[in-house]
Amino acid sequence: MNLETKYLGEVQIDEDKIIRFSKGLPGFPDESSFIILDLPDNNAFQILQSVNTSSLAFVITNPYLFYTDYSLKLDDELLQQLEIEKQEEVAVYTIVTLKQPFSESTINLRAPIVLNTRTLKGKQYILNDNDYSSKASLTTQGTEAK
Amino acid sequence: MLVLTRKNNESIQIGDDIEIKVLAIEGEQIKIGISAPKSVDIYRKELYVDIQEQNSAAANVTLDLLKLMNQKTEDK
Repeated sequence: MNLETKYLGEVQIDEDKIIRFSKGLPGFPDESSFIILDLPDNNAFQILQSVNTSSLAFVITNPYLFYTDYSLKLDDELLQQLEIEKQEEVAVYTIVTLKQPFSESTINLRAPIVLNTRTLKGKQYILNDNDYSSKASLTTQGTEAK
Repeated sequence: MLVLTRKNNESIQIGDDIEIKVLAIEGEQIKIGISAPKSVDIYRKELYVDIQEQNSAAANVTLDLLKLMNQKTEDK
């Protein structure tokens, strides 16, 4: 199907790759369908585009590119909700808050996007019990992670 | 907001399957135990609000910023 997107104009998407967030995201409780789009000429970042609202999209990235020792424990409730059976089917992204200048941009290590790549179920997983920042620096590696 | 007064070790039942219990009162801090189904997410309020605000800020990026980001990462 064709989808009007916030950043990339109209693109063709594979409906079989739509990710379901059963309860939306914090602040966007009704947005339950997203798709991950690659950015042309940029491997470091992707777009998490709402399928239902073309003007809603997040820039996301792989947190391990910026914080190599990032770690999180998925609790049993999350494993159950996303029907996760094996570690290999889990993908973790973080939402980027872009700022001008770019060096002030941050990533949200406190609430990563956890996906089951097999069932295509996703959730923004808020880490209750650690000190990762929701505004960790994108450019000053390590210093503001905790 | 419904307001109920509870003593230590007393509970509040919400619906059929949520219980909130006062476990300890230590000075200004109150320890609360919550029993709820696994499908119910429980967060400290300020943390949840922080994530809501970050999501809103992240969603409010203009197209120009995206171009800026592309330039910056190409520079590397």
